[in-house]
Amino acid sequence: MNLLVLLAIVLLIIAGHQLLRVIELSRGLKKTKEWQVSDHDNNLMGKALLLFMIVFFGFFFWQVNRWMDRSLPPAASEHGVKVDLLWDANIYLVTFIFLVTNFFLFWFAYKYRGNSKNKADYIPHNNKLEMLWTIVPAIALAFIIIFGLKYWNEIMDPASAEDKVVVELYAKQFDWTARYPGKDKKLGETDFRQISGSNAVGLDTLDMNGNDDVLVKNEFHIPVGREIELHMRSRDVIHSAYLPHFRAQMNCVPGMITYFKFKPTKTTAEMRKDPYVVKMMAGINAQRAKENKEPVEFDYLLLCNKICGASHYNMQMNVVVDSKADYILWMAKQKAVKTLAAKN
Amino acid sequence: MSTPTNTALEKEHLAHHDHVHDHDDHEESFVSKYVFSMDHKVISRQFLITAVIMAVVAMVMSVIFRLQLAWPGEKFGFINAMLGDKWGKDGILDPNMYLALVTIHGTIMVFFVLTGGLSGTFSNLLIPYQIGARDMASGFLNMLSYWFFFVSSVIMLSSLFISDGPASAGWTIYPPLSALPEAIPGSKLGMTLWLASMAIFIVSSLLGSLNYIITVLNFRTKGMKMTRMPLTIWAFLVTAILGVLSFPVLFSCALLLIFDRSFNTSFYLSDIYIGGRPLDHVGGSPILFEHLFWFLGHPEVYIVILPALGITSEIISTNSRKPIFGYRAMIGSIMAIGFLSFIVWGHHMFMTGMNPFLGSVFVFTTLLIAIPSAVKAFNYITTIWRGNLQYTPAMLFSIGLVSSFVTGGVTGIILADSTLDINVHDTYFVVAHFHIVMGLSAIFGMFAGVYHWFPKLFLRMMNKKMGYLHFWTTIVCAYGVFFPMHFLGLAGVPRRYYTNSNFPMFDNLVDVNEIVTVFAIIGALSQGIFLFNFFYSMFRGEKAPQNPWKSNTLEWTTPMAHIHGNWPGALPEVHRWAYDYSKPGKDKDFVPQTVPLEPGESDEGGH
Repeated sequence: MNLLVLLAIVLLIIAGHQLLRVIELSRGLKKTKEWQVSDHDNNLMGKALLLFMIVFFGFFFWQVNRWMDRSLPPAASEHGVKVDLLWDANIYLVTFIFLVTNFFLFWFAYKYRGNSKNKADYIPHNNKLEMLWTIVPAIALAFIIIFGLKYWNEIMDPASAEDKVVVELYAKQFDWTARYPGKDKKLGETDFRQISGSNAVGLDTLDMNGNDDVLVKNEFHIPVGREIELHMRSRDVIHSAYLPHFRAQMNCVPGMITYFKFKPTKTTAEMRKDPYVVKMMAGINAQRAKENKEPVEFDYLLLCNKICGASHYNMQMNVVVDSKADYILWMAKQKAVKTLAAKN
Repeated sequence: MSTPTNTALEKEHLAHHDHVHDHDDHEESFVSKYVFSMDHKVISRQFLITAVIMAVVAMVMSVIFRLQLAWPGEKFGFINAMLGDKWGKDGILDPNMYLALVTIHGTIMVFFVLTGGLSGTFSNLLIPYQIGARDMASGFLNMLSYWFFFVSSVIMLSSLFISDGPASAGWTIYPPLSALPEAIPGSKLGMTLWLASMAIFIVSSLLGSLNYIITVLNFRTKGMKMTRMPLTIWAFLVTAILGVLSFPVLFSCALLLIFDRSFNTSFYLSDIYIGGRPLDHVGGSPILFEHLFWFLGHPEVYIVILPALGITSEIISTNSRKPIFGYRAMIGSIMAIGFLSFIVWGHHMFMTGMNPFLGSVFVFTTLLIAIPSAVKAFNYITTIWRGNLQYTPAMLFSIGLVSSFVTGGVTGIILADSTLDINVHDTYFVVAHFHIVMGLSAIFGMFAGVYHWFPKLFLRMMNKKMGYLHFWTTIVCAYGVFFPMHFLGLAGVPRRYYTNSNFPMFDNLVDVNEIVTVFAIIGALSQGIFLFNFFYSMFRGEKAPQNPWKSNTLEWTTPMAHIHGNWPGALPEVHRWAYDYSKPGKDKDFVPQTVPLEPGESDEGGH
């Protein structure tokens, strides 16, 4: 069997070699050289480029039609709504530029395809045209910059609300821990040298503020309609806390604390009833059914979005947005660090 | 603009030339002619062939990880055959090896193919040819530049064969991940080899760049004013300046990382607990690394793209049979892009914890780059407007470059906006953006250059029909691979995930990944057409005529032979700019730069 395959390969190589010889020998007989571009070539390639544009644009719209409603649901946070608004304005603008510029490129490529009877126009420059396409993009960019920075400054404004909820997200290879300040509303100080099996986030045992801190894993809760101030820390390498449904993201960097704040606008329960989400989950569960997997319900998620090691692709935590009342009930059930330590 | 040095070289050469005629042959050994050659033409070919080999390695890597992304958990004999039982047991890719593959794929493509390969090949080939010089300013440094490049390539490839696997912290090698061997196996010996390889690569790049700059500034032939230089040379010059100013910063960045790794310093490390113990490092900051890295990293993307833009400017003009539109605006935008590229690095760091105010400054400077980029794109389109387009494979790839430059460029406007970056930072939207605008554009430019200057590189012609087939399969597959990735980004899929199957929220994106992988495989296979055409034509292609594309630039006035010193007699004199195509009142549709101006004739390049 192997011998036959080997024989076939050898024969193929010989056949290919002979074919090339024939082609090489026939070269000498032809007047025009193989590499020379004929009018026929130009005509064919010009038309092919136009056809390519049509296929390319068709592919673009096919993708938009097929995959657009699989993108993230509408933002579930106050600033996220603005981010989405700005996103839409920008994406429509750049899609327009993408389509128009590619259209002119391929249209001209088709229209001015070469012909030995034609001669090109000698147009070395045109100051008016060049001014036009310097100034128009400059004006468009001025608007993009102004609106972008306006929202950016609002989102990153360090001032925080009176009734804010502080949550620390502590990242390590390869999981998350959320820490709440407890009744005193103060997160205890930490020291990486005090990290141990029973002190996973490295609470400084000398700081009393840490005694009533609350640690949770796998899932953390936040209330709807209140400002959430995330403090982010990392134990080992850089991670990134990515909360895509809230349009929130910030790296977790060892040796420093980073911040991001947002105000959730929809509880998990409300989100599960949102028509967009219902449709999206139907699609997800249809796919899961095909793969014989259990159906799932929508959940907000915290993902790691900075390469952090072998299990980077599985570093996640559920986020539950409760009504204000439910949040208080949930929080009441959580045990403070000190009580946990006493038990141990 | 003949300098004393050049004149001296000229005299020496003429003497040498007579000498050659006396004996009628060159007494050079094989080693000095093909191995340790100081001739820019040979060095150019050495760079090109090395880069082609590196590109094939990087491409095979991408096929391996694309298989994993489309069909996670499936068993592929191919993966097992490529990686063996250690990294591809039963044909399933190991997660650590996945990260190693994306890291080395990125490193090879960015540095070895699109920096070393692209600049190394075409700056070396075209700078002496197109400015009318005998060779580079220093042939010896030029030779060293290639051999440092070779050594660094060998070290990078050797890291694929060590037991802990190659570097795997992403091509940006952010510490602490890259600094701590406990964090990931790739940060053991693999990372050491990566840093050693890059340090040598930087030496190569600096030697090359300094040579390019000096040659362009001092070795132009008589009449070759700066404003008469082809845009290729302008692009190579600015690229070389960017390299000289930014690569040393990468060197210091890498050096501090080497210190942190090997000598227990704390430039980038602080407050770390790993492997069951707290480390001694205090006071360093990973953010410092990011600043240093991107201070090179951002100019680097222009080091990659500018030569490609220069190459296509030349090819589009030649094959449109029409002057490049807005020659001076093109020079201006190359310089503006070059300048701005140094003050935009922070846009890679909006989400790193860098002060948000600093972020806003970078938003402003970054979006400014869109202006010269737009000028370039529109000038290309106006160049083909009312032209007489000759569709050589090189011209097709140049059209492809303009398309991908625009298509990938517009998403840059989104990503440069820090507010919008919050949600797509580090997602597949970014992967789509930079692969299209930088990867595709630069590789299209490189292909265009190879097809166009193959006659000067190997004195033979490449096969046109295979070139056509290669172009069409490549552009279709390229967009098929990278366009759908935007939609993965919109769904919030992070990059560098070994599989998305651990997140039910990504379950409905399975078909996107499958489509991408199918296109990737077809695209990779179709590069076989190019490889065959390339190596076959090198030995068996048709003999190249003097000036196959009816081009104006000086390289086509040298004999179709690789002779020492490029021109057998005196150096040619330049009388006009490089773009007198279809000039009214001329019988031919091109006027080479060596043709004197007629009385009263104006020259666009002579002011």
